[in-house]
Amino acid sequence: MALHKPYTDVPGTIIFDAEQSRKGYWLNQFCMSLMKAENRARFKADERAYLDEWAMTEEQKQAVLARDLNWCMRTGGNIYFLAKIGATDGLSFQQMAGSMTGMTEEEYRAMMLAGGRSAQGNRVVGEDGDAQAHRQPQGLSRLKEGN
Amino acid sequence: MARITASVYTSHVPAIGAALDLGRDQDDYWRPLFQGYEPSKQWMKDNKPDVIFLVYNDHATAFSLDMIPTFAIGTADSYTPADEGWGPRPVPTVVGHPELASHIAQSVIQQDFDLTIVNKMDVDHGLTVPLSLMCGQPGPGQGWPCPVIPFAVNVVQYPVPSGQRCFNLGRAIRNAVESFDEDLNVHIWGTGGMSHQLQGARAGLINKEWDLNFLDRLVDNPHGLAKMPHIDYVREAGSEGIELVMWLIARGAMSDIDSPAPVPRVAHRFYHVPASNTAVGHLILENQ
Repeated sequence: MALHKPYTDVPGTIIFDAEQSRKGYWLNQFCMSLMKAENRARFKADERAYLDEWAMTEEQKQAVLARDLNWCMRTGGNIYFLAKIGATDGLSFQQMAGSMTGMTEEEYRAMMLAGGRSAQGNRVVGEDGDAQAHRQPQGLSRLKEGN
Repeated sequence: MARITASVYTSHVPAIGAALDLGRDQDDYWRPLFQGYEPSKQWMKDNKPDVIFLVYNDHATAFSLDMIPTFAIGTADSYTPADEGWGPRPVPTVVGHPELASHIAQSVIQQDFDLTIVNKMDVDHGLTVPLSLMCGQPGPGQGWPCPVIPFAVNVVQYPVPSGQRCFNLGRAIRNAVESFDEDLNVHIWGTGGMSHQLQGARAGLINKEWDLNFLDRLVDNPHGLAKMPHIDYVREAGSEGIELVMWLIARGAMSDIDSPAPVPRVAHRFYHVPASNTAVGHLILENQ
């Protein structure tokens, strides 16, 4: 019998379960290696060469090089592990989380100061909240570009 | 005998640690948050425990994907603050309480909860930020006020333990503490949580109404709250809001759960939005 997964219809959300964990094992283990200052220095010196030491897929390496955390997560990355890439880049957790929303850093920060993102319309895929696929990417920068 | 006299609940956001370590706690952004913990620091001075049993989650620090214990108890003499990628926090080494920790491990495992016993691990912001919030920043050469038993819960990789299991585990921990012969005043802390989502297009989710209701129910109806399924935490409080199940371990260890004791006294309650990506919730409960 297949496992019951009641968490697959939450918009903008990938729950890190055993399946994701298998997919992302080496990507996440690479992230763990960045807890050592010497590894951070080696990664920064030559990112591609350092990534090639790990049994990651080419797509996972590209996602890391692009610093596209949504892409990393689709390939099995977990945000607590991926945070170590951001830390290596000197980013705060807020900058990392904001980078996944399509908003500018200022827009995301302002949203949090105004009380954060509403759960209204963002509980189940198919509603009309700002985290739903048809309203992505979000943010004023997108509106200005006329997308 | 040892006894649990109080429980403390607090979020454990990494940016709070950074704000303290970089001396930004009086900035406009952070001042309201730290003001909310001023009564807590005074309460800690007035109610200093002999041991803190600190429930938290490891954020891919001591445990990688190589091993994922559901519940892990620290039985070591000491624990070093971890390098989570920004360098280690400049806070003291955490002194453990190996005798009480080993006793609790023995007792709780015999009550049918499988704990992983850990004799060596670094501790991340999940453990050190609550200590900073409650005790303030120790000066040079100072340590934390008392020994700490780290208790790590897996809320990172699913399957994660249910609220009910966490609640029942708290009851077993209370039994374990009360069967320790030495006369010790123990506090149990449940940390992490309140609404937050750190990932994807839904990042930044905050559900104040739900959080405040959780705080109410934690005090008045913990038995009912323990029945809430994971998916409700995820939909209502964000994917990382699941950390709140850890608060039920601390609540389950309070004296009113399995005896006719009155509901604990609320010594302090605080709620604030935002700290970085999250809501911050905080409660101090005293057994009556």
